[in-house]
Amino acid sequence: MNGTEILFLIFAAATCGGALAVVFSQNVARMAFWLIVSLGSTSGLFFLLRADFVGATQLLIYVGGTVVLLIFGVMLTASGPYVRIRASAGEMVLTCGVGLLLLSVIYSTVFVVDWTKMAPRSGIEQVGQGYNPPGEGNTVRPIGMKLLGLSLDDLGTQRKELSSGYLLPFEIVSVHLLVVLIGAAYLARAKRRVDAPARAGAAPNGSARSFGS
Amino acid sequence: MTSLLAADSIGGALTGLHIPGLGTLSPTAALALAALIHAVLLFNVFGLSAFAFIWLERKVSGRIQDRLGPTRVGGRFGWLQSLADGVKLIQKEDLCPKDADPLLFRMAPFMVCIASFAAYILLPFSDGWVSVAADVGLFLLLAFLSLEVFGIILAGYSSGSKWSLFGGMREAAQMVSYEIPLAICALIPIIATGTLNLNEIGEMQRGGFWNWLIFHDPFTFLSCFMYFTVATASCKRAPFDLAEAESELVGGFHTEYSGMRWSFFFLAEYASMFVVSMVASVLFLGAWHTGLWFDDYLLRPLRENPSQSFDAARYLANVFGLAVITAKGTVLIFVQMWLRWTLPRLRIDQVMTTCLKYLVPISCFLFLGAAIWPLALAYLHGGETTWLPKRPLGDSVPRRVVATEPVRFGATVHTVAVAKGARP
Repeated sequence: MNGTEILFLIFAAATCGGALAVVFSQNVARMAFWLIVSLGSTSGLFFLLRADFVGATQLLIYVGGTVVLLIFGVMLTASGPYVRIRASAGEMVLTCGVGLLLLSVIYSTVFVVDWTKMAPRSGIEQVGQGYNPPGEGNTVRPIGMKLLGLSLDDLGTQRKELSSGYLLPFEIVSVHLLVVLIGAAYLARAKRRVDAPARAGAAPNGSARSFGS
Repeated sequence: MTSLLAADSIGGALTGLHIPGLGTLSPTAALALAALIHAVLLFNVFGLSAFAFIWLERKVSGRIQDRLGPTRVGGRFGWLQSLADGVKLIQKEDLCPKDADPLLFRMAPFMVCIASFAAYILLPFSDGWVSVAADVGLFLLLAFLSLEVFGIILAGYSSGSKWSLFGGMREAAQMVSYEIPLAICALIPIIATGTLNLNEIGEMQRGGFWNWLIFHDPFTFLSCFMYFTVATASCKRAPFDLAEAESELVGGFHTEYSGMRWSFFFLAEYASMFVVSMVASVLFLGAWHTGLWFDDYLLRPLRENPSQSFDAARYLANVFGLAVITAKGTVLIFVQMWLRWTLPRLRIDQVMTTCLKYLVPISCFLFLGAAIWPLALAYLHGGETTWLPKRPLGDSVPRRVVATEPVRFGATVHTVAVAKGARP
């Protein structure tokens, strides 16, 4: 067993253990904590696979963004301290069914693919074979170029047409995010009251009111 | 992960070493040993920097308030005051309030510490002196720093106290808002350099101080100050320290903490102040380069010695670089302390207004300007994308490769300047 396998076991155990703890704990704040453990260890797995960019994105988006939103939701919506969630029997059956379906999809994906054929294309195998930045996890530059519509894989080959990379998905996502931002700003805008007493009683500083409302 | 540059290099030196009683080290064991050495070294930087800065904070605040600050412990300047504080704190009882959630209450200080310590593994201290020289360097560092907020939210939530909850809420709102301008401001020098690797960004600013990214164009100049303001806020330092506003919230999110667990929050705060200051030095202020004439003529030949074995002159040149970047970081931290003891604390709505109504639009404007600047220059200057009549940024940096195995040069399609292997 080499160092990578030991690290894989540690991260995999933390990922699975964290996921199980999310399921079995009933306190929402603790669930969020275990979710951080699980998602953070997943990013560790990505780093082990030399997918640095995905790992960093996992940390920033899932751990940093989603879980903060979750905790915000818990803190803002809780009616009492330490919200507890208890699932009814019907919900248990439903979630178990969905979970088993997902597991079967993952199982078939893992075991249908012939990994021995895929292995030479993965980054790990290429380490030490000369200088290969993506093989060392330095995938940021190729990914960035692909998002700009330039595929560096095609350089130096005989192919006439360069592929367009991920420019279209990138643009679609950016338009989507813009729509979401405008929507959020619309929903969170300061609601102006029209009745006179409220206006008289309101703080002279408009910004104070907008944050409080 | 990306090659553990320094660990690889020391691991290479340790491989085959004969240890009496244990036999010869295998490559895996040597790498593990080298990684352990680095972890211990970094942990000492993490702890000792906080140790030093807490003392500095006491002295600076004392001087600004016309006091002397600590004078007795450890001689004339009271430089052992932090040790005395530590001894006091470690002797205190480890309390957990009745209403608290015991698990989360106990874990929260560690989460804060882990998040700010993790940022250190990406921080370059001199050319090649970085534990992990990843191409995602800055991105990952910002991701790690953004995790610090969890420990604080969970500390506030799990304490079972309303003061703590208010502190945690404020902290969450503030950190989530200030992350946006922080990331945008950090991106502006990235536009100029075209890389996220902090070691590369540092090396690109070699030569005179006019090569520093702060002087690259007007937008990086402004974004340097923006970055520093926003970084101060994201470390929840005064005037943005609403999460622990003791005049309103007793102690904010750490009201219920005492002893070592309380001190972990401060360890993490000073450590992350150091991280953001070092990042500011790397991104804007020339990293480990002095920007003076002798750097180019004296130190560069020493640093560029390509031999794989240990070289004392190169080592000393790197130690000098370490001293330079630490001095820059310390000056920035001094400015943060100076601000803290000079400016009054903002109100929470003013903090949010400053961020969302001013800092975010300004940083977006600077970002757009930095993107348009080279195009405008190329149009007006006939193809030149820098205002300096010299070489373009990073032109003098030799193309280097990570050499852990015998390298076949020219084997790749796109050879880019990458961080070289750390020197033992």
